[in-house]
Amino acid sequence: MDGVNIPLDHVLLLSALLFICGLLGLMMRRNIIFILVSLEVMLNSSAVAFVAAGARWGQADGQIVFMLILAVAAAEVAVGLGLVLQIQRRFKSLDMDDANRMQG
Amino acid sequence: MLKLLPLIPLFPLISSILLMVTLGKMPKKFVAVLGAGSVGLAAVTTLLVGLAFMESGQPYHQVLWTWMQVGNFSPDIAFYLDGLTLVMMSVITGVGFLIHLFSTEFMEDDVSVSRYFAYLNMFVFAMLILVMADNLLLLYLGWEGVGACSYLLVGFWYQNPENGAAARKAFVVTRIGDAAMAVGLFLLFTELGTLDIQPMAEAAKTQWQVGDTLPVIACLLLLGGAVGKSAQLPLHTWLPDAMAGPTPVSALIHAATMVTAGVYLIARTHELFLLAPPAMLAVALVGLITSLMAAFTALNQHDIKRILAYSTISQIGYMFLALGVGAWAAGIFHLVTHAFFKALLFLAAGAVIHCLHHEHNIFKMGGLRTRLPVVFWSFLIGSAALAALPFTSGFFSKDMILLQAYELPGAGPWLWAGGLLGALLTAIYSFRLVFVVFFGEAKMEPDKLPGIRMALPLSLLCVLSIIGGWFALPLSSVFPTTGNHHPSHLIEGISISIPLIGLAIAYLIFLGGQLKVDGLVNSNIGQVLKKFWFSGWAMDWLYDKLWVRPYKFLAYILRRECMDDIYNTIVKFCQFLFMVLSRTQTGRLRWYATSMVFGLILVIALLQGAI
Repeated sequence: MDGVNIPLDHVLLLSALLFICGLLGLMMRRNIIFILVSLEVMLNSSAVAFVAAGARWGQADGQIVFMLILAVAAAEVAVGLGLVLQIQRRFKSLDMDDANRMQG
Repeated sequence: MLKLLPLIPLFPLISSILLMVTLGKMPKKFVAVLGAGSVGLAAVTTLLVGLAFMESGQPYHQVLWTWMQVGNFSPDIAFYLDGLTLVMMSVITGVGFLIHLFSTEFMEDDVSVSRYFAYLNMFVFAMLILVMADNLLLLYLGWEGVGACSYLLVGFWYQNPENGAAARKAFVVTRIGDAAMAVGLFLLFTELGTLDIQPMAEAAKTQWQVGDTLPVIACLLLLGGAVGKSAQLPLHTWLPDAMAGPTPVSALIHAATMVTAGVYLIARTHELFLLAPPAMLAVALVGLITSLMAAFTALNQHDIKRILAYSTISQIGYMFLALGVGAWAAGIFHLVTHAFFKALLFLAAGAVIHCLHHEHNIFKMGGLRTRLPVVFWSFLIGSAALAALPFTSGFFSKDMILLQAYELPGAGPWLWAGGLLGALLTAIYSFRLVFVVFFGEAKMEPDKLPGIRMALPLSLLCVLSIIGGWFALPLSSVFPTTGNHHPSHLIEGISISIPLIGLAIAYLIFLGGQLKVDGLVNSNIGQVLKKFWFSGWAMDWLYDKLWVRPYKFLAYILRRECMDDIYNTIVKFCQFLFMVLSRTQTGRLRWYATSMVFGLILVIALLQGAI
């Protein structure tokens, strides 16, 4: 069966661009929830790269790794949201710059 | 009996350590007994050892232990006893004991008697080590020891900062001489391979010819050391200021013992000096010039102790003159007689100061002849010996020096004439002192009389000053004897009569008043000369301009410690880096994430080979 042949380079480029978007979001956003969202974007971009590589070599390993990455992301979000709750309770805001005990 | 030799320095050492350890806790009577008694014991032991030595007639050498072993240099703690050592030891312990006895009364009102006797005993120990040492390194130990004790004793009343300054001056000036002597010792060791005195003399005679440069340099360096310790030109400026110490200290250190250490050194190493005629000439000239300079200065002083101090400088000049012309035995003879009469004079001056509540100016005293008879007779006999009036001990020794100086080929008669001028001035200033203090009308009444502990040493020293010249010293085996000389009767006659002329001049000016010198003194040039001679020929002023000011200026320039700047720069650089790098610890999560991203980019670029 012949699917649409997307060249590997395009998918890898997509992956790279998504990664950069996630990275920029991580660096520039102040709200903790949005930092976690950007982190998810970065994880998913690397997952897309894995799937594309799997499709290139015609093996299902790429999609297995995708599921692994998804599981990792879920676990990490669980822990991360728990930490966010604690930060919100201590510093009374979701601004990452406020969670700073250093004095200059 | 000769084996008792190490006990002689041991007694004062133990006493000194005991006094230092129990400072202030022992009763004063006990301190006095311990302090004076230890030196008394040492004197008795010296007598016993001396009798045994005279019986045996051989020099006695005793090694205690090896001091150190460095390469092939291994000096021992060892003592060498010959006639010269015995003479010096007798003077140190004998006159020293009398001075200690005198001190027990002089210092009895002082608060720190323990400290005084501790230092004084330590001094006697160091001086004994100096004269008994068989190698120059041990001699140098004693040399430094007496310098340190001199500093401690001159600055004894340390609460007055002037005394501290005088002590520092004494120490620093003699230190310059000590440095020259150390260089001389290094030179001698590298050239001759040993510092033991007798083997050194043998090695020098085989290795060097008379007139070589090396012995001249070594001897000039040793002369530098001797000049510092014995207060000769140019390192004599410390002695008049050292009179700030207690008077018995001046008697012991600055009349009888420490200042004679230089004379002893040159006499001990006379074999080396005989190989260096220019050095011997230098010794004689230094002695003569210092003698004259000090005599002129003593004529103008009004502090009783300063007159005696300049007189000491002048008399040691005579000893140097004797050594320089090769009259070794005469020089040592004069050392012994000088110890007697100068100690007598200083102790008598101490008695005057003690009984006149610490007055030093002779023009405020007068008429003490009837009020302090013992002191008057002491001063009279002492001054007679100092001026070398006939048949006193000083007469025999000074006469011997001058006649042997006359015999020297070449400069001999000039040296003799200079010595005669010095003798004339000596007679004038010493009898000036006697006439002003003891005759005339009394301006001040003494408030106490000297007790037995002061009178006894004074009387004993009076006796010694008179009969001390009648005995021959056991020096014939130590020094090469010069031939019998018979100078002409004219020379002898002049030498004998000059001191009498000086006495007559002093009488006419200061007692009888027939010779009026006020016109001369008050004229313009008279005043200029008076000020010049009063300040010791302006040597202090000269040294201040020449050495003290430039040194202080240099210290002022370097006060910021420029060498530290190198290390400070390293420290400042580290601090700068710290300031820079601590900016990276902001505590903000986004900043950390950003820096990780940059690091990641850097690493990827490196891996890809782009950088």
